Amino acid sequence: MSLALLILLPFGSSLLLGMLYLFTSLRSERLYALIGVGAPLLISLIALWLGYGQLQGAESLHVSLFTWLSIDALRIEFALSFDHLSAVMMAFVSVIGTLIHLFAVGYMRGDAGFGKFFAYFNFFMGAMALLVLADNPIILFIGWELVGLASYLLIGFYHRESANVTAANKAFIANRVGDFGFIMALVLLFGAVGEGGFSFSAIEAQIYSVDHALLSLIGVLLFVGAMGKSAQIPLYVWLPDAMAGPTPVSALIHAATMVTAGVYMVARFDFLYVLIPAVGLFIAVIGILSALLSALIATMQSDIKKILAYSTMSQLGYMFVAVGLGAYGAGIFHVFTHAFFKALLFMGVGAVIIALHHEQNIFKMGGLRRFMPLVFYPMLIATLALSGVAPFAGFFSKDAILAAAVASEYPLFGVLGLVVAFLTAYYMMRLLLLVFVAPAKHRHTSLHVSPYLSLPLLPLALGSAVAGFWGMGGAYGGGDALTHFLSLSDYAHHLTHKSEYLLALLSNLIAFAGFALAYRRFASGAREPQPTALFERWILERFYVDALYHALLVVPLRRISLWCERIVDDRFVDGTLGLFSGGYRTLATHFSTLQNGNVRHYALYFLSGVSLLSLLLLWRL
Amino acid sequence: MMFDNILSILVFFPALAALLGFVVEKGSIRAYGIAVAAVEFALSLVLWYAYDPSVVGMQFMESIPLVPAFGIHYLVGIDGISLFIIVLATFFTLIGIASLGEVSRLKDMILTLLFLEMTMVGVFVALDAVVFYVFWELSLVPMLYIIGAWGGPLRIYASIKFFLYTFTGSLVMLVGMLFMAYFYHQATGVWSFSILEWYRLVLPENFQIWLFVAFFFGFAIKVPMFPFHTWLPYAHGQAPTIGSVILAAILLKMGTYAFVRFSLPMFPDASVFFMVPIAVISIIMIIYTAMVAYAQEDIKQVVAYSSVSHMGVIVLGTFALNVEGISGSVFLMIAHGVVSGALFMLVGVYYDRRHTKLLSEMGGLASVMPHYATIFGIMVMASVGLPLTINFVGEFLSLLGFYKQSHILTLLAGTAIIVGAIYMLAAFKKAFFGTVTNEANRGLKDVNGRELFALIPLVLVTVWLGVYPKPVLEPINNSVESIVSLMHEKAITQEAKMRIPNPSQQEAASGGSH
Repeated sequence: MSLALLILLPFGSSLLLGMLYLFTSLRSERLYALIGVGAPLLISLIALWLGYGQLQGAESLHVSLFTWLSIDALRIEFALSFDHLSAVMMAFVSVIGTLIHLFAVGYMRGDAGFGKFFAYFNFFMGAMALLVLADNPIILFIGWELVGLASYLLIGFYHRESANVTAANKAFIANRVGDFGFIMALVLLFGAVGEGGFSFSAIEAQIYSVDHALLSLIGVLLFVGAMGKSAQIPLYVWLPDAMAGPTPVSALIHAATMVTAGVYMVARFDFLYVLIPAVGLFIAVIGILSALLSALIATMQSDIKKILAYSTMSQLGYMFVAVGLGAYGAGIFHVFTHAFFKALLFMGVGAVIIALHHEQNIFKMGGLRRFMPLVFYPMLIATLALSGVAPFAGFFSKDAILAAAVASEYPLFGVLGLVVAFLTAYYMMRLLLLVFVAPAKHRHTSLHVSPYLSLPLLPLALGSAVAGFWGMGGAYGGGDALTHFLSLSDYAHHLTHKSEYLLALLSNLIAFAGFALAYRRFASGAREPQPTALFERWILERFYVDALYHALLVVPLRRISLWCERIVDDRFVDGTLGLFSGGYRTLATHFSTLQNGNVRHYALYFLSGVSLLSLLLLWRL
Repeated sequence: MMFDNILSILVFFPALAALLGFVVEKGSIRAYGIAVAAVEFALSLVLWYAYDPSVVGMQFMESIPLVPAFGIHYLVGIDGISLFIIVLATFFTLIGIASLGEVSRLKDMILTLLFLEMTMVGVFVALDAVVFYVFWELSLVPMLYIIGAWGGPLRIYASIKFFLYTFTGSLVMLVGMLFMAYFYHQATGVWSFSILEWYRLVLPENFQIWLFVAFFFGFAIKVPMFPFHTWLPYAHGQAPTIGSVILAAILLKMGTYAFVRFSLPMFPDASVFFMVPIAVISIIMIIYTAMVAYAQEDIKQVVAYSSVSHMGVIVLGTFALNVEGISGSVFLMIAHGVVSGALFMLVGVYYDRRHTKLLSEMGGLASVMPHYATIFGIMVMASVGLPLTINFVGEFLSLLGFYKQSHILTLLAGTAIIVGAIYMLAAFKKAFFGTVTNEANRGLKDVNGRELFALIPLVLVTVWLGVYPKPVLEPINNSVESIVSLMHEKAITQEAKMRIPNPSQQEAASGGSH
C-alpha cells in the first residue's frame, strides 16, 4: 500500500491544490506551500524507508491496484513494483524533488500563479513516480506521457508570453514523435510476447523466443522514444527552448529527473538490449554525437539557462554511451550523481536570475561572488563535480562511463568522451567566472538572496561532493556498490586498475586544461562573442539545426495543410462529388426539354420507339 | 418482469413527451425538457444496471409482428455494443437541453431534440432491418430542421448537402437490405428482416461483396469516410452548437455502429476482402483530415476535422476484425462521443459570448476565462489521446488489434499520435495563450453554472473511463467476442478463417454455459 501512496499522495495533493486554486479565492502562499512541499516530503520519507529495506536485502515489492485492460488475451494490470533500480531512481527523484519544491517556494513568491505552479509541480512528482514504479511497459508509458504533460504545462507556465507556449508546443510535439516510436515498439512487443503476460518480468521470461530482427526493431523504436524524452539527436531541439519555464522547472524536470527517463527506460529494458548489441552501438553513437554537439554549442551561448540546458543534453549523451555499450550500472550511476549537481546548478542560476531581476545574459553579470557566497560556493562544488574533478561525485560516474568506453571494442568513444570532458570543464568555468568573478557589468551594490533559495543548495552541494562514493569502482577502494546493488545485465568490459588510474589522471588533467583556458579568456571579463570564423558562427547558430527543421518540416507542413484545405478538399474532393449533383441537374434540364408538351415531338418518340422494338424483334428472329 | 418493455419505453417515451410538450407553456418548457431528458437518462442507467454482461446475445428483446407476410417485425434488443451508445445518446440529450442558452423558439428546439432522441435510441435498439432503416432515415429530419432553422447564414445549403449525401447513401443501403431479404427467402423459403436471422445466413463470397458495397455506401457517408466527408464541415459550420454536439457525439456513430452490427457479422468474407482498402481509406482520413484541420482558421472547423480524423481510427479498429480491434473501436465510439461532443460544446461557450468562431478573434482567453481554459485544456489532451483519458484506451486497442492484420498500415495509422497533437495544440495556443489582443475579449465572463452542469460530467467521464475503463469495456468485450466467433464460424474462405481468429477457447466455454 505504501507503494500506491507514492503515486496517490502527489496526485492527490495536486488535485487538491488545483481545486483550491480554481474554485476558491484562497491565495495564501503559506497554505499552498505547505501542501505543495508536504506531499513530496512525505513521499521522500516513504521512498527512503522502502529503499532502505531494499538495501537490507528485502524482496522487491509488487502491488496491483486494479486490472486496467482485459480484452481477449490482453491483460494489463495497473501494477507497481519497487526493485533495486526503482529504489535508486525513486530515492533521488523524491529527495531532490523535495528540495526543488522548497526552492520554488522562494522562487515563485509573489507570483499570481503560485497555487497553480505547485499543483503542476506535484502532478509531475506523481507522474514521475508512476514512470519509475511501473511494473509493465504500458504503465511506464502512461507515466512517460504524464510527465510530458507536466513539462508542457510548466514550460508554458507564463502563458501570456506567446513564445513560451510555442516552446511548450515544440516540446510536446517533439516528444510525441518519440512517443510514436515508443508506442509502436510496445505494440510490436505485445504482438510478440503479449499473450503470456506483459509485466517486465513476464516479458523477460519470454524474450528469447522473439525473432532477432523484430527485437532489433523494437529496440530502435523504444530508443526513438528515449531520443524525444531525453533530448538526443535528432529530437533534442525542444530542450533549450524548454528553458522558457520557471527555473525550478528547469532544475527538476529538464535537468534532474524527467529527461533522464530515456536512460532509465533503456536500463529497465536491459534484458532486451543485452540481446541486440548492434542497436546498443547505435545508441552509443547517437549519445556521443549528442554529447559532442551540445557541448560545442554550450561553449558559445550567452543565456545562462541555455548553457545548462545544452550541458544537460551533453551529460545525457554520456549516459546513453554507457547504456549503449552495456554499462547499465554506470549509466544509472551518472543519472544519479548528475541529478545532484545539475539541480544545484539550475537552482543557483535561479537565485542569480531572481537577484538580477530576470537577467539571463552572462555577459551582463559578474562579481556576484561577493553578494551571494551561499550560492557561489555550492555552485563551485557542482561545477567541479560536473567537470569530473576527483573526488567529487561526477568524477566517479563519468570515469565509470569513460572506462567502459575505452574498454569497449570502439575506444574512439573514450577519446570523444574526453573531448567532451574538456569542453564541459571549459564552458562551466566560463559560466562561473563570468557570473561570479569577472568585473561586474551591472550596477547592483547589494543583492538579496532569500534563504529558501540558498538553503536547499547546501544538501545538494553535499550530495555533489560525496554521492559518487556509493558507486566508486574497485580501483579506488570501492566495490562498485551501486552497480552491484542495481544488478542490471551489464556486459561492458572492465579496465585494469592501472589503466583506470591513467584514465583518471588524464581526465582530470583535461578538466584542468579546460579550466585554465576558460580562466585565461574570461577571468577578467569579456564581451559577448562576435564570431568571425565560420566554425564559430556555426556553433553560435547552433549548427542551423533549428533553421533546418523549420525549413524542412514546419514550413512544408503548413504549406501542405493549406494546399490540402484549399485545393484538395474544396475543389478536388468536394468538387468531384459536386459534379454528380451538377451532372444530375444538367441531365434533368435536358430531359425536361424532351417533355415539352409538343405533340409532334411525342409522335416522333413513339415512332422511334416502335421502329427500335421492331428492329430488335427482327434481329432476335 | 419489469424490464419487459424497457426498450420500447426508452424509444417512445421522449417522442410521446415531445407530443405532450406542445401543450406545455413556453415559460416552463425548459424545465419540462430537462425533466423528460433526465427521466430518459435515468431509464438508460437502469438499463445499464439491469444489463447482464455475462449473458451472450441480445437482451431485453421485444418482438411484435408488423408485416408478417414479409417477416417484418418490430424487433428490438441490445447487447454490450449498443448499450453504451444508448446511454451516451440519452446523456447528451440531457446535457444538451440543459445547457441550451438563449435560443429563439426554444420550445421548438426542445421538442425537436426529444424527437431526435427517439430516432437515435431507435437506431441502436433496432434488430429488424426495416425498423432500423426507418429510424435511420427519421433521424435526418430533426437534424435537418435544427441546421436549417437555427443555423448560420449558409444553413440551407448545408442542410441540403447533409440531407442529400446521407439520403443517397441510405437508398443504396436500402437496396442492399432488400436483396439481403430476398437471398434469405431464397435460402430458407421464408421472409425475414430480422438481423439475427440474417446473421445465420451464409452467403457465397461474391454475393457478400456486392451486398457489402451496398451497405458500405450508407454507412461510410454517415461516418463520414473519405472522400464522402465534405458534407460534415458544412453541417458543423452552419449548425448551432447543440446540433454539432449531437451530430458529432451520436449521429456519426450510427455509421460505425452499423459496420459492427451489419457488415462484419453478415459479410465476414467480404470484410476480409475489403479490409486493406478500408484501412487505407482510414489512414487517409487520419492523416489527411488532420492536415486539413491544421489549416483551419475557425476553431469549430478544427474540431470538425479532428472529429473526422478520429473516426478514421474507429473504422480502422473495426476492420481489425479481431476482439481487441473491435472492442477498442466500440470503446472509441463512446470516447469520441464524449470528447468531440465536449469540444463542440466548449466552442459554443465562446460563440455564445462573441458570436464568432474565428481563431484570429480569440487569443489570451486563458487569462480571462481560467475555468473555461482548464476544461478546454483537459479535452484537448483527451483529444490528442493522452493516457488516462478516455480516448487513449480506444486508440491503443484499435492499433493493437490492427497490428495483427498489417504491421506497416498500423505504423502509418500510428502517426495519428503525432498529427493530432500538432493541429490541436496550435489551435489551443492561438485561442487561449498570449496576451489578450482583442478588446472585445477582455470583459468575457467565465463559464456559468448552466455550462458547468454540462461540462463537468463530461470531464469526469473522460478521466474516469480513462483510468478505469473496465465497467464499459467488459460488456463491450463480451458482445464483441460473440460477434467475432460468429464471424469466424461463418467465414467460408480459408483466408477469412485465418484473418478472423476465434476468441480464446476459455471465453467461448464460459459463454456456452448459458
